[in-house]
Amino acid sequence: MSTDLLNPLLDRALTLHPQVALRPEPFGALAYHYGNRRLVFLQHTDMVAVAGALSQHATLADTLEACGIDRRRWPSFTKAVESLMKSEIIVER
Amino acid sequence: MSAETLTTQLKAGLDAPICLTWELTYACNLQCIHCLSSSGQRDPRELSTAEAKHVLDELRDLQVFYINIGGGEPMVRRDFFELVEYSVGNGIGVKFSTNGAFIDTEKARRLASMDYLDIQISLDGVDAATNDAVRGAGSFDMAMRAMQHLADADFGPFKISVVVTRQNVPQLDRFKALADSFGAQLRVTRLRPSGRGVDSWDHLHPTNGQQREIYDWLMANGEHVLTGDSFFHLNALGDPLPGLNMCGAGRVVCLIDPVGDVYACPFVIHDEFLAGNVRDPGGFSKVWKHSELFTSLREPQSAGACASCGSFDACQGGCMAAKFFTGLPLDGPDPECVGGDGEVALAQLAAVPVVLKPRPSQDHTKPERRLVVT
Repeated sequence: MSTDLLNPLLDRALTLHPQVALRPEPFGALAYHYGNRRLVFLQHTDMVAVAGALSQHATLADTLEACGIDRRRWPSFTKAVESLMKSEIIVER
Repeated sequence: MSAETLTTQLKAGLDAPICLTWELTYACNLQCIHCLSSSGQRDPRELSTAEAKHVLDELRDLQVFYINIGGGEPMVRRDFFELVEYSVGNGIGVKFSTNGAFIDTEKARRLASMDYLDIQISLDGVDAATNDAVRGAGSFDMAMRAMQHLADADFGPFKISVVVTRQNVPQLDRFKALADSFGAQLRVTRLRPSGRGVDSWDHLHPTNGQQREIYDWLMANGEHVLTGDSFFHLNALGDPLPGLNMCGAGRVVCLIDPVGDVYACPFVIHDEFLAGNVRDPGGFSKVWKHSELFTSLREPQSAGACASCGSFDACQGGCMAAKFFTGLPLDGPDPECVGGDGEVALAQLAAVPVVLKPRPSQDHTKPERRLVVT
């Protein structure tokens, strides 16, 4: 197992911020945070599926698994999730 | 997906606008000499409350997250609060621009009690002399009073919105200090030769030397200052400024004017950029999705005379509105091209004996007042 798969973020319980709305677009989705007024581009449909499913699974790893994301791609997803947590689009629950 | 791919996607247009400006009325208590909508008098064909709410229903269905309300002075409309409350109640956040004339103690409290509402107070100078020369006598004190009322009502971080001019470029640091003193956020945007700006642009637009000053200042102040991504023509000076580096007109941006006409952007109120009207069958959605104009704006655009310039990827040829109203071709340099090509093009235009420059299609300037640019 690569060290990326040991990223502690994978064990966290996450969710979209309750004040965030997703609007599907050809490139993925737009995410808008009504609280901090941030508009963020989710630039892959897989990322949109993961973001939307976070609250239904115990951990980020479980969500990635459930969404059928190949483990080789997990590092790029944890990176994207980290970035979305900085803008509070995704938060811990 | 890289930033470049995203830009390519955005240029092809989205299912709904990201940034929609809605000028609620052409009526205004002021008559700023650079007003992009030549506002002053109300247009009798203005959308009714019911029609405006119908548009908001459409925007809700299109999942437009927020709208930028302007004018004219939007607070002049008797149904201003009704429409704002209806919008927010339907999940559409509101950011509105005002000169502050109608924000008294009571209105400030009412505004402060609302969620998902942002206010931009327009101010074009840090002192009355600089500001009032553009926005009219008494407008500086008016804006300052409104800001004090908002601060007293604990509105939170409202925005101070500045159109950058030759006269106020030296004041950028002081604008920032003023915003900080109110706990407000500073927003600076680019002056366009639109509306009454057609006649004041020569006098007001920053000099080529000042472009570098603006760029350096924006780079230094980075994410702390909002710009509406309006200065991308400066990107040819170095690293790109924060934000989207592209013209969003008809692609991710549009304007609904007070009578329901839909234009490609707030700065091109001219028949050539009129896509349709929200009162037409199919409403706003049909205009946004299927109008001939917007469809053509979403096709790949030619770089024209700029194709051979190494900076085209950085500046994207600049602003369509700035070119159009200065009489320059749309597939050539911006009049404020930092490489100096715009100045050359303007000089060539000035050398032609007769040039018919486009004029804004509408003028709502109040007849009793002469506008004199000194």
